[in-house]
Amino acid sequence: MSAYPGHEDLRTPLKVARGNGAAGTGVHHWWLQRVTAVALIPLSIWCLFFLGGLVHADYPVVLAAIAQPVHAVLLIVLSACLFWHGALGLQVIIEDYVHTRWLEVTLQMALRFGAVLGALACFMAVLSVWLTGAGAY
Amino acid sequence: MSNTRPLSPHLGIYRWRINMLQSTLHRLTGLFLCVGTLLLAWGLIAAASGGTPWNAFTAFCGSWIGLVLLFLWSWSLLFHLCNGIQHLLRDMGRNFGPPTRDRAHNPGYWSTGWLVIGASVVLALLVWVILFMHVAGGAA
Repeated sequence: MSAYPGHEDLRTPLKVARGNGAAGTGVHHWWLQRVTAVALIPLSIWCLFFLGGLVHADYPVVLAAIAQPVHAVLLIVLSACLFWHGALGLQVIIEDYVHTRWLEVTLQMALRFGAVLGALACFMAVLSVWLTGAGAY
Repeated sequence: MSNTRPLSPHLGIYRWRINMLQSTLHRLTGLFLCVGTLLLAWGLIAAASGGTPWNAFTAFCGSWIGLVLLFLWSWSLLFHLCNGIQHLLRDMGRNFGPPTRDRAHNPGYWSTGWLVIGASVVLALLVWVILFMHVAGGAA
């Protein structure tokens, strides 16, 4: 990349900037994928330890573990990042392999609905365990 | 409206490089982990729904098909994690670019690729060994 974009590759700076490339959104998708990826490094390692510690645990123990505020918050953030990062990745897979326009648009829309639905369901599940008092079981 | 134009150049024209395997595995494990995310969602929703749904969830996880899937998910997660970290380092320009992929120019490019794949397998086995020891220790 030249210090003066457009001067080496014959494209003017305006051409590079206008429309933000083929996707029309510039580096937006790329950047969000990196942000969620960086967040998922510590979150997924924590998740392995958290889930590993709950193997063969009784149901009330599991509820109590989820209801601990730190765990509950981390589970909500983990769910958000997982569904977000997963949706960004699946979006590219659909773009790459689905060449029938109506099917591509349908899948892209279904992907967004599914990701939001899944993430919200996880939030509500964690919140309900947390706020309804897991110790009461 | 079918598109009859040829797709990207045929795979056979490319010289084999380790990053092809890493890239393919990254996408496949990513796809598989999306299904694994649904399992996490099932677990959380089951925990919030009551003892009976929770027991159905744990019965699936404890079944043979469940254990095989869980092992594959754990390896997929660890590979995606290791390869993702390498990906982020290359995003910062480290070990990235056509010359670095040349075996004569940079033989380390291949070994780091195999290192990422090997580390993910070792880590996955380690997780399950610790898990089995943890379960056996808890039961005793």
